[in-house]
Amino acid sequence: MILLTVGTQLPFDRLVRLMDEIAPSLADPVIAQIGRGSYLPRNMTWHRVIEPVEFERYVADARFIVSHAGIGSLLTAERHSKPIILFPRTCYLGEHRNEHQMATVTMISGRPGLAVANDETQLRHAVLNPPASQTPQPSITSREQICNAISAFLDTARRSS
Amino acid sequence: MAVASGGGHWDELMLLHPAYAGCDVTYVTTFKGMADRDGIDAALLLPDANRDNPGDAWRCLVASVKLIRRHRPEVLITTGALPGLFCLIVARLLGARTIWIDSIANYEVPSLSGRIALPFASLWLTQWPHLAKGRKRKYCGALL
Repeated sequence: MILLTVGTQLPFDRLVRLMDEIAPSLADPVIAQIGRGSYLPRNMTWHRVIEPVEFERYVADARFIVSHAGIGSLLTAERHSKPIILFPRTCYLGEHRNEHQMATVTMISGRPGLAVANDETQLRHAVLNPPASQTPQPSITSREQICNAISAFLDTARRSS
Repeated sequence: MAVASGGGHWDELMLLHPAYAGCDVTYVTTFKGMADRDGIDAALLLPDANRDNPGDAWRCLVASVKLIRRHRPEVLITTGALPGLFCLIVARLLGARTIWIDSIANYEVPSLSGRIALPFASLWLTQWPHLAKGRKRKYCGALL
């Protein structure tokens, strides 16, 4: 099974429609979370919002994930060691409030377990040749560093109150 | 008190767990299902809001004021977005120490909410070294 998600907050009909067109040529069924989109898929099982507990089960079962370039999707794929194909929203097509999803794919492209697609050709290619089952490697030391900075601030706050 | 909207903001907040191990934390979010997923049963809820919908934003602001006045946190940490900003400002005005963690999604410029939060934040962290500026906008590592 392949899981498609565009998050739950904003519509992203361009990606949903493209995946719906690609779905019949795939061996696996596609399950889609389409949020507030107005395009209703014909070739995929779809839900507007999948409850997070259930969503985790879908992620665990999926061969790979196709998603808008949201940090939540990226971190979810990482938690489950699933490959992910990111298709960024663009601001100039009215798909988000600014171009931060384009920036997200710029900063993370090249990581293992991850592919980026910006149009139909790239998406089709990525879905037919998904990235290998490696996860984007989180920088553990960087994660510890930010947590330590917050801990240190909390310690100081505690001592001075 | 730890505040984040549902979705990526909440996922980032969850990765900060080790930072406040041992503290008595009240969680606040906009999407109860995500708190349930992470086994946080007692999360408080705020209505979701973004800057495209002034009506929702107003309702969220009023709810944030009520929530912060009722719970009076000593420290408030948030990863955004707009509901987190409201809580941070109100908490600061009531004397709390406040921490703003700008989402890792903000790579080119800090988020608008983050920029507004700056004067109200006791600690303000970006997750990109090139976005650190002056004494206030600090970089101390990242979650991704």
